[in-house]
Amino acid sequence: MSEAPNTTATARSVEEVFAAAMAEEDVRGRSLWVDAWHRLQKNRAAIVSGVIMLLVVLAVVVGPMLLPWEADFTDWEHASTPPSLETGHWFGTDAVGRDILARTLEGGRISLLVGLVATLVSLVIGVSYGAIAGYYGGMTDRIMMRSVDIIYALPFMFFVILLMVVFGRNIILIFVAIGAVNWLDMARIVRGQTLSLKNTEFVEAARACGVDHRAIIRRHIVPNLLGVVMVYITLTIPQVILVESFLSFLGLGVQEPMSSWGALVNEGAQDMESAPWTLIFPAAFLTVTLYCFNYIGDGMRDALDPKDHL
Amino acid sequence: MRQESLFHHASSRLLGLVPTLLLLVTISFFLIRVAPGGPFDAEMAAPPEIRANLEAKYHLDEPLLQQYFRYLGEIIAGDFGPSFQYKDWSVNELIARGFPISATIGGLAMVLAFFAGTLIGIFAALRQNRLADHALMGIGMLGISIPNFVIAPLLILGLAIYGGWLPASGWDWSWQRGVLPVVTLALPAIAYIARLTRGSMIEVLHSNYIRTARAKGLPEHLVILRHALKPALLPVISYMGPATAAMITGSVVVERIYSIPGLGSYFVQGALNRDYTLVMGVVVFYGVVIILLNFIVDLVYAGLNPRIRYDEGR
Repeated sequence: MSEAPNTTATARSVEEVFAAAMAEEDVRGRSLWVDAWHRLQKNRAAIVSGVIMLLVVLAVVVGPMLLPWEADFTDWEHASTPPSLETGHWFGTDAVGRDILARTLEGGRISLLVGLVATLVSLVIGVSYGAIAGYYGGMTDRIMMRSVDIIYALPFMFFVILLMVVFGRNIILIFVAIGAVNWLDMARIVRGQTLSLKNTEFVEAARACGVDHRAIIRRHIVPNLLGVVMVYITLTIPQVILVESFLSFLGLGVQEPMSSWGALVNEGAQDMESAPWTLIFPAAFLTVTLYCFNYIGDGMRDALDPKDHL
Repeated sequence: MRQESLFHHASSRLLGLVPTLLLLVTISFFLIRVAPGGPFDAEMAAPPEIRANLEAKYHLDEPLLQQYFRYLGEIIAGDFGPSFQYKDWSVNELIARGFPISATIGGLAMVLAFFAGTLIGIFAALRQNRLADHALMGIGMLGISIPNFVIAPLLILGLAIYGGWLPASGWDWSWQRGVLPVVTLALPAIAYIARLTRGSMIEVLHSNYIRTARAKGLPEHLVILRHALKPALLPVISYMGPATAAMITGSVVVERIYSIPGLGSYFVQGALNRDYTLVMGVVVFYGVVIILLNFIVDLVYAGLNPRIRYDEGR
């Protein structure tokens, strides 16, 4: 405010600023990622969710190898038995004597796999689409984003079901169908981010050096989008898992002998009066997974993109 | 002036719906027609003549493009054609039978979600970062995370089978049979709306004009009712469009679990039986419903909030 700080103070402050800058030298290298990691660590819900999630993934990946039963092994002596330690079926068995624990873990593999692959599909489509629209701008952008708006208004779940009806119910198609319909959010976010990135100095510098458009997108735009994209990946995975289990629940998704959490919940719901454990365990795994992913996604968003709402 | 611009906004939006609808019809038509296997594959060992007759009856023997324009014309006339699976039923009749039930459940669920969600959200916002807030939002996250098809069997198990208070399934327009489906459908939306309301309410409560209102000595409940509520509800209003879509999707599952003969049940049955015309009819019909409701929501939003109307995406 007062425009004349006295000279000694100025001299001292220059020295101080310099010293402070020296002291901060090692701090200055802190990237967005380190910052985000520190912020994420303070979010207890996200960290706990992350740990639980890791345990679930570990159980699903390693578990089936350690169990004495295959998921499709039918133990006739213990058909439809409640959970017990004596029979060795910790989660009980279903009507034909299959071990629920083994089936739940085996089904979890499919559910998580769908989550990952379909997210990857939507990631590839969404990021390239959004980056191209945002980078080229103008008419290209307008046409591309207008198409996204149009597709956005379509009842997406019904389209996935339509796709399943048309092309039969195989697992590859589930990946592609869900991913192909789920890229719109990603495209929008990435486009917005690209629009603001393309006017930055370093992109201008690259352009001045004669780097061609494709290389600029690949080398300078996309890496800088990683933050937002990471957030949206963690938010997309649970959505995709949910869609898959929704389809499988309706009998339109994964088919026997394969199963997923959704398919298991469906089977369990049919037997729930006589054998509630066939419903409760897969349902619990599915819910815990979705719950954790949502918390991790929330935490990531707060950490990487603090200005975003909610 | 404002009236005029609102009208302009409405008509331009309405015009924008045309390509969406056209795309909807076109995609579903061609998807269904490139499908391997026809609807009559199940009629085992049907002699070729009968097959040809069937295909002629449903115009499956015409060139694809001709079929497309025929279908387009029929849809514009509001005719979805006969169902392949339910003999003697047209898709229109099936929609007329199923939709009132689905719409009733969905509408009630929407009303419940709106009121319960905003009330919980406001309550949590007023207790920001206190125990009640954290507890409510934790439960809310659970509500978002638990899928409909997990909540429903659990509710049936607890309230119908063990408790015996409510019928487990079926439909006869009585409130007892309506409670569980409506609650199941509303729960995720309640959770989502509560989170939305809490977030925007907190933001609004930190704004300057609220401080002014408090400073002039207005009692807290009036500050909230008269000044904070309307702007805080705007995000909720704009969520009502996607919420409709979510409700319609959810109704498919809910109707199946509770054995309700709504449109969703027909749709799933049609999908499992490869009943082309029925599946397509429902997709197009629900597409139109979703698009129109989105449009209405958009208008309400623009009417309530002139400030945001023209700078899209803030």
